[in-house]
Amino acid sequence: MLERDPLKRVLYVDLTKKAFYVKERKDLFEKWLGGIGVGIQLLLEECPPGIEPFSPENPIIFTVGPLNALFPVASKTVATFKSPHTGNLGESHAGGRSAIAIRMAGYGGIVIKGRSEKPVYIVVDGERVYFRDASALWGMSTFATGRVIRENEKGAGFRTIMRIGKAGEQLITYSSVTTETYRHFGRLGLGAVFGSKNLKAVVVIGKRHLPVSSGREYRILYDKIFKLVVESPAMRKYHELGTPENVIPLNKIGALPIRNLKESSSQEAENISGERILKNYLGRRIACSHCPVGCIHIAALREPYKDEPYFYKTSMISYDYEPIYALGTMLGIFDPEGFLKLLDEVERIGIDAMSTGVILAWATEAFERKLISKEETLGLELKWGDYETYISAVRNILKGENEFYRALRRGVEYASSIYGGKEFALAMGGNEMPGYHTGPGCHIGALVGSRHGHLDNAGYSIDQEMLKKNLKLSAEEMGAAILKEEGWRQILSSLVLCFFARGIYTPDLVSEALKIAGFELSPAQLQELGEKIHKEKFKFKLREGFSFENLRIPERIFQTKSALGEISREYIIRAIEYIKGKLI
Amino acid sequence: MRLIVVDTEKCIGCETCMFACSRRGGEGGLSKSCISVRSVGGMERGFVVVVCRACEDPPCANVCPTGALEKRKGGGVIFRASKCNGCPYCVSACPIGAVFWDSESNKPMICVACGYCVSYCPYGVLKREK
Repeated sequence: MLERDPLKRVLYVDLTKKAFYVKERKDLFEKWLGGIGVGIQLLLEECPPGIEPFSPENPIIFTVGPLNALFPVASKTVATFKSPHTGNLGESHAGGRSAIAIRMAGYGGIVIKGRSEKPVYIVVDGERVYFRDASALWGMSTFATGRVIRENEKGAGFRTIMRIGKAGEQLITYSSVTTETYRHFGRLGLGAVFGSKNLKAVVVIGKRHLPVSSGREYRILYDKIFKLVVESPAMRKYHELGTPENVIPLNKIGALPIRNLKESSSQEAENISGERILKNYLGRRIACSHCPVGCIHIAALREPYKDEPYFYKTSMISYDYEPIYALGTMLGIFDPEGFLKLLDEVERIGIDAMSTGVILAWATEAFERKLISKEETLGLELKWGDYETYISAVRNILKGENEFYRALRRGVEYASSIYGGKEFALAMGGNEMPGYHTGPGCHIGALVGSRHGHLDNAGYSIDQEMLKKNLKLSAEEMGAAILKEEGWRQILSSLVLCFFARGIYTPDLVSEALKIAGFELSPAQLQELGEKIHKEKFKFKLREGFSFENLRIPERIFQTKSALGEISREYIIRAIEYIKGKLI
Repeated sequence: MRLIVVDTEKCIGCETCMFACSRRGGEGGLSKSCISVRSVGGMERGFVVVVCRACEDPPCANVCPTGALEKRKGGGVIFRASKCNGCPYCVSACPIGAVFWDSESNKPMICVACGYCVSYCPYGVLKREK
């Protein structure tokens, strides 16, 4: 790495003592690049084995990488922590202005430990860290918190405001951290770890320059990448319809989970498609810092007040494919307005949209099958498509008023262990499933992925390749394809690039770009390093009790036909065996 | 020449123009940018693009005590770094906040209307005009 690059600087913040210091960790960044590569090393160093996720010792680690603030679409920050949702590896990525702000504040990583006695938010402003009293912000929504901090602090345009809502304060294990109102460290409960530390928000402000190995070559390579980003068809889909473009194609091939995956396609799906929402509701499109693509689509929902003529409110709600799946189709909601209202509530309190949808879908089916009754739901009649009841259920989860809702605060794995219905409790590795029923690949991917999410290795994309090309992959070939993709993604998330640009940032191009930042790594060396990082993550997972043998496979995925037809349990088990053999 | 902000409603807030401005000098990051983008107060309401609009009678030049900011023919200013004492009256004189500060040299930075940023805005928010 280049001598003057501030990437090697790690800021350590202690919330108990209200103290901070900076350490140069060239050792880590030279070997592991940044992002998740460095994040997992810091987690292995900072997180004592077997601790409670809500203990003050659980570190919150934010890392960025060498390409952030140098090249377009390198717009992501990686958060690493012990997850209160799975009790194992917590890793979550977000864009917004977070990555640029951290890099421009002069850090490659920020490690936050301890627990403040009173609610605080911290402001990292270049070399200084301020601990601000957040007592007055405690209990505020993610929206209001952002508004207040925006006005209190300087640095508009050069800062990130990462905050939690009430859910994080209440330690709901799938609480998210919202950044810049519309992006999230969504999965695995970083918000609850914030809450357990009495940490309401983290503000980072920065504006500085970065060295490059050659100014001339930097500009030439930048132009090449920029052209690819704005002209390539690989990016167009994100730019035009955004991720909701997936709704219609997935429905068409029978891969769209509907009503707790009782079905995998529906004639009604078109009503809630990206095309339909864009036409009737799109109010604005925005971008993460240094990403000219602008995939963030925000719907404008105009509603009259029932009892006040001439009074209207307009809510601006950012929608993506995954929330449409989880809070739409999975709950049988095909009315975009109903979906947007439910999503708005979820955003306000700050919980993961995907987990919430899957949990409510399980609860609805459990209600249908009389595993639970109105006694548990406190009078709510959970019914597919009834978004108003779902909004009430979300509020009940937040309040945690009875044992049932308190169980729902811990996820579908836990709730089904108390109330039954495991066969239709759709969690993989303890994390609620993503919105794909493309074939065996998507589920194997979520089961073996280090975060148990769809972005670990995109198994759904391998399924779709199989479908398109009429390929038949053996279980071992499937396992190998998943491993290869997950290995390479460790590099992308060490730099830290948005996965949407994975088609552009090939190993060759990444190797070229890294030269500008002073790293000499061939495409083959990169692939090798990716595999190594992947294994480092499993070091942590195994240390914390993960085992391939204990993976629960919900029966439902075998009952409902996927895009590739009926899924075979044996195939999945063989693929998992293969992956296990390669990883440990 | 001047830079025109054609339509802020089309701005998605990606800040690619800001990175371009710094990169023009051969470095990464943002510290040398003479253009800035920020939200109107919440991204849902859109963005403000702040850049020198090359006033006919520039207030920044009018308050400069050392003559470091010379009025340019056709609008805007020419900055003579050797004359600048870093006071920074020009910053407070600009009502739109388009005089930026270089904390390394302790001197102002003002857009020279080179138009480098324009080619990096895919949405046509910026234009260079005579």
